[in-house]
Amino acid sequence: MILSTPARWLLRAAAIGVLTFVYVPLLLVLVNSFSSSATFTWPPPSLTLQWWQVAATNEGLRAAVVTSVEVALLATLIAVVIGTLASMALTRYTFFGQEAVSLLVLLPIALPGIVTGIALNTLFTQALGGLTFFTLVAGHATFCIVIVVNNASARLRRMSGTVEEASTDLGATPWTTWWLVTFPALRGALVAGALLAFALSFDEIIVTTFTAGPGLQTLPLWIFQNLFRPNQSPVVNVAAAVLVVISVLPVYLANRLSGDSAGAATK
Amino acid sequence: MSVDTTLTPGRRVQALLHRRPALRLTGLLTPALVWLGLFYLVPLALLLATAFFDTNSFTGRITYGFSAKNVVDVLTTPAYLLTAARTVGAAAGVTALCVLLALPLATYMALVARERSRPILLALVLTPLWASYLVKVYAWRILLAPEGGLLGGASPGYGWFAVVLTLTYLWLPYMVLPVYAGISSMRGSYLEAAADLGARPWQAFRSVVMPMLAPAIAAGSVFTFSLSIGDYITVQLVGGTKQMLGNLVYANFSTDLPFAAAVALLPLLVMAAYLITIRRTGALSRL
Repeated sequence: MILSTPARWLLRAAAIGVLTFVYVPLLLVLVNSFSSSATFTWPPPSLTLQWWQVAATNEGLRAAVVTSVEVALLATLIAVVIGTLASMALTRYTFFGQEAVSLLVLLPIALPGIVTGIALNTLFTQALGGLTFFTLVAGHATFCIVIVVNNASARLRRMSGTVEEASTDLGATPWTTWWLVTFPALRGALVAGALLAFALSFDEIIVTTFTAGPGLQTLPLWIFQNLFRPNQSPVVNVAAAVLVVISVLPVYLANRLSGDSAGAATK
Repeated sequence: MSVDTTLTPGRRVQALLHRRPALRLTGLLTPALVWLGLFYLVPLALLLATAFFDTNSFTGRITYGFSAKNVVDVLTTPAYLLTAARTVGAAAGVTALCVLLALPLATYMALVARERSRPILLALVLTPLWASYLVKVYAWRILLAPEGGLLGGASPGYGWFAVVLTLTYLWLPYMVLPVYAGISSMRGSYLEAAADLGARPWQAFRSVVMPMLAPAIAAGSVFTFSLSIGDYITVQLVGGTKQMLGNLVYANFSTDLPFAAAVALLPLLVMAAYLITIRRTGALSRL
């Protein structure tokens, strides 16, 4: 398809239009965090760093960030261990029910979060004695597994299994082969998958609402709760701005580590 | 074997694993199967069962006996069915809008933009995906505020339009990425062949590009559709008084779990039907 010059210009204009649509709201959030007005006014009357100082010392906000980091770290750890093993099984073996297992791994992100959320809520409140910190971690780990599986499987498929076979033929034990051959090649993809899983868990709110124990507040839950409190809105604005800025990190790091952004395609 | 007795237990396990691939496979698969069974399949089964329980209206406790009351209620009350229809309609609208916006952007990225700027464009599309969901909805809440918002009097205000617009904004990258990958993979040969055979660009787009893009669009639509159909927070923030299925589930899960479970069966069934329909396009292997 040879595109004519007008077609190229039209496509360029459309692309600029769509990207503007994507970035204007994010810029608005950034600028808004420096506005001297406590309520939203546009343009901001003047710019100030005052709210950033207020936010930096906000106890509720800090506690929520700590909870979010703890949950995301644990969920990521579980997802990396389970996901790595599963991706080895899915790419290095053919077995009965392979497609079903792939689908099972995928389901927690292919089905709506509210279904996952209320299903887990039913399990925890009706069968396992209530919601705690660990039910929240379990909920997050469940949808993080697929991220790790996707990242690791993509790498394993591109890397031929013959190297591992050679290692086995030369007398290496399964552990030695994993440690000296497979793992070094897989490391980048695993770190990238872990980063994306962490970011996903850190931002999740729907499954979180249904699985967090009483009194637990992750950062998204904290923001949601304070969104409707006018006196908190400057602090919420700052938290929002910080989240916009740090969203660059997972993309940048995952890109550098895995050498491709394919894994990032499926959140 | 006599040699084995000199080996440490660890070595013996490894020797066994070495000889038995089936054992290795079992070891690799078991953690995932146990975890997803316990924390996904069992909960889904419990959800299904709970939809057929009832709640004692005095004590608020669940009565564990078969009752089709909630399911029948959900399936026969016009108000719930209307909510379901609106939810599916909104999700379909969001998906259509995402395709409409993703096609020109992805085409530009894959066919017009210079090789050097492609990774930058890709990063530009990816980054907003990792900006907080809540923050993005919040941004649209400010933008669309009927009074004192950025758009002022031109704002459509909170309602269905705002919901569809915000959800489209949220899930757009999920559509751009597979469509971009789809167009990139056919860059060159197919398109040149179409041109050599005399196809005009529009013709080539319709009869060569679109059929080949169908699986990519289907893959993207799983996310745009599924994420929209289960949403309740966006509706709460920019929907005004409007409600989607998610809001019904959220509003009832702590007081009447069986009813909330019965409502949750609707998005579950719709998504299951959707996944089964698009399975034929081969889209699921692209997720």
